[in-house]
Amino acid sequence: MENAFTEVAFWTLSIVTVGGALGVVRTHNMFRAALLLVVSFVGVAGIFALVNAEFLAVVQLLVYAGGVAVLVIFAAMITTNVTEGNRSTGTQPFAVLVSLVLLSALVSAIVQAEWALLPDDMPAPLAAAFVDTPAALGRMLLNEFVLPFEIAGVVLLAAVIGALSLVRER
Amino acid sequence: MLERLLILSAILFCIGLYGALSRRHVIAVLISVEIMFNAVNIALVAFSRYVQPAAFRATGEVTAVAESTVLAGQSFAVFVIVVAAAEVALGLALVIAMLRTKDSVDVTEASLMRR
Repeated sequence: MENAFTEVAFWTLSIVTVGGALGVVRTHNMFRAALLLVVSFVGVAGIFALVNAEFLAVVQLLVYAGGVAVLVIFAAMITTNVTEGNRSTGTQPFAVLVSLVLLSALVSAIVQAEWALLPDDMPAPLAAAFVDTPAALGRMLLNEFVLPFEIAGVVLLAAVIGALSLVRER
Repeated sequence: MLERLLILSAILFCIGLYGALSRRHVIAVLISVEIMFNAVNIALVAFSRYVQPAAFRATGEVTAVAESTVLAGQSFAVFVIVVAAAEVALGLALVIAMLRTKDSVDVTEASLMRR
């Protein structure tokens, strides 16, 4: 950790994110779950900003906290029985068990792994990429990743057409 | 810092998994999956920031490849966000279609692919 500010920011954002996510899966009010989802998304955007991903932080706010949240709130409101619609299935103990087992496996793997960390004093060309991430990311998307970039556009088009044909009145 | 971010990501992923497995409302399942997408994005961005690019580790020098892949994790996260947005749009269209044909949003009742 660089300094006390990032320390405090990291813990605050972590608590907001995890608290929001826990609220989403625990509350029985679908509308409230959708609002808590926005809180969690904003926390994740803060975490992105904290690790030199400024562009992703903005995209996170626009796409998730903006678009996805509006869609989810809209859908939560048109589905019937908003306040009691979020009952559990009969698999609650099983779900807790699976999640906790996966969590402990992941955490032990993360703690034991030997990561090849970037040195603190990065070579200048690498450090430059983290100074101006949106520009470096844009160059990367239009050079190395130009084919996936174009395919992503086709995927979005297909999703829009698919969504429209699914909800079309017959 | 890398470990902390990865553990945060693991916690979020497991919360999302728990929600996706335990909730009955189809939108609750959908937003639990969104939480899992976000967890994966945190891990990708953390790797991008704190782990050496493979090309840099192999040679110890800043080659053109190392320079151009230092933000690979962030560009993967961009694609994850694209796919997640498409998934939400399609998922909610499916919710509307399900609401029309079955008049219910309970995933335990959605076991048939016809009316």
